[in-house]
Amino acid sequence: MAKTKDILLKPILDNNPIALQILGICSALAVTSSLQVSLVMCIALTLVTAFSNMFVSVIRNHIPGSIRIIVQMIIIASLVIVVDQILKAVAYSISKQLSVFVGLIITNCIVMGRAEAFAMKNPPIPSFLDGIGNGLGYSAMLISLAVIRELFGSGKLLGFEIMPDAYVPNGMLLLPPSAFFLIGLIIWGIRAYKPQQVEKAEFKMSPNTSVGEVA
Amino acid sequence: MSSHESTKHTLIVALALCIVCSVVVSSAAVLLRPAQQANKELDKKANILRAAGLLDENRSVEEQFANVQTRIVDLDTGRFTDAVDAGSYDQRKAAKDPSLSEKLSGEQDIAKIGRRVKYATVYLVSGPSGIEKVILPIKGYGLWSTLYGFLALESDMNTVAGLGFYEHAETPGLGGEVDNPEWKAKWIGKKVYADGEAKLSVIKGSVDGSSPAAVYQVDGLSGATLTSKGVDNLIHFWMGQNGYAGFLTNLRAEEA
Repeated sequence: MAKTKDILLKPILDNNPIALQILGICSALAVTSSLQVSLVMCIALTLVTAFSNMFVSVIRNHIPGSIRIIVQMIIIASLVIVVDQILKAVAYSISKQLSVFVGLIITNCIVMGRAEAFAMKNPPIPSFLDGIGNGLGYSAMLISLAVIRELFGSGKLLGFEIMPDAYVPNGMLLLPPSAFFLIGLIIWGIRAYKPQQVEKAEFKMSPNTSVGEVA
Repeated sequence: MSSHESTKHTLIVALALCIVCSVVVSSAAVLLRPAQQANKELDKKANILRAAGLLDENRSVEEQFANVQTRIVDLDTGRFTDAVDAGSYDQRKAAKDPSLSEKLSGEQDIAKIGRRVKYATVYLVSGPSGIEKVILPIKGYGLWSTLYGFLALESDMNTVAGLGFYEHAETPGLGGEVDNPEWKAKWIGKKVYADGEAKLSVIKGSVDGSSPAAVYQVDGLSGATLTSKGVDNLIHFWMGQNGYAGFLTNLRAEEA
């Protein structure tokens, strides 16, 4: 089943939703200052993407084209609310830290993008796997960011002291802009390793006019 | 036009989907409510302990809360009362109930809370030498939202042992800095009353440590003038005659 493997694993490096499609950046900036919170966010997003893909795919032949986006949104929103309620019941302190970001999974472009691009055209099981795969791609990025940010920003991982006492934590890494720089560096790294991901320039700058040409 | 693009089909799909989704969402909400409520209760207890600087993250909150006594105070007389059951009394609900709260006039209502409860829940931490800390629920309007929190006082009923807000919707990074541990630490050790009057205030800018008033002043939050003002007002309200002043006086005289 090479195809199943492709659906599941391609989004991690070859077609990463954050690094290649540049989707879902907002939550990647916001929740990655601690690894624990990021992990919960990853699980939540992966589940929502997988199940919304599956449900959209199950009813894809009945969805009228005119309201398809609304139908997808309702399914996604319901799943997100269920996830949010479960988090509040079983992991209250983490759900407080994630605050609005669980709710904002509804507007996360990855979920919507996969429902529209994949689940509307494919049967339920591949759609479900595609959701898991994209969730894993998102998770891979979030976890790498969170490890770097928590390790160097507060000298800890999952709350355990890792760095020696002499290490002075770099508070800058705990601020959202640092995630932006890190995402940029990771994208650069991936594209240097896989040059086929580099997009073609959309336009070319014409050279400056030299002094002599202007009368 | 294929059959499932017809108006009828569109309406049926929309309706069916809405029904299924609303059943799923509401059953999740109903089934999980007991667990959520228990978590909220625990979180509140943790906040009470945290405000008093007593919370030890490594021990269970329930176990630590066992030392804390929950009592009801009649704010008009300033004495303990058994008019309502301390275990089941919900102060936030009572604030909306006309039989358990009274409307404040514009002049009295400096914290902009609209109505004040008749009975307030207070939390007492007792030690071998009597009451060691008293933790009082406070609330007041900031810039965008009502801030709910706790103010803890030492046994002299005058020195601040800690302050913490557990619910608010102020701007993160500006007014939201009321949650900043460094700012909250500035409150510890400040005095509330001077000659029986609530003097503790949040000032604009930094406190001049050499001035004699410094012990009654806390730095304002930069970029959050209105939230700072709101905190200042709510402290004045709750420490004033309409708030806990009477109760604290009685408690100091051991007559509560």
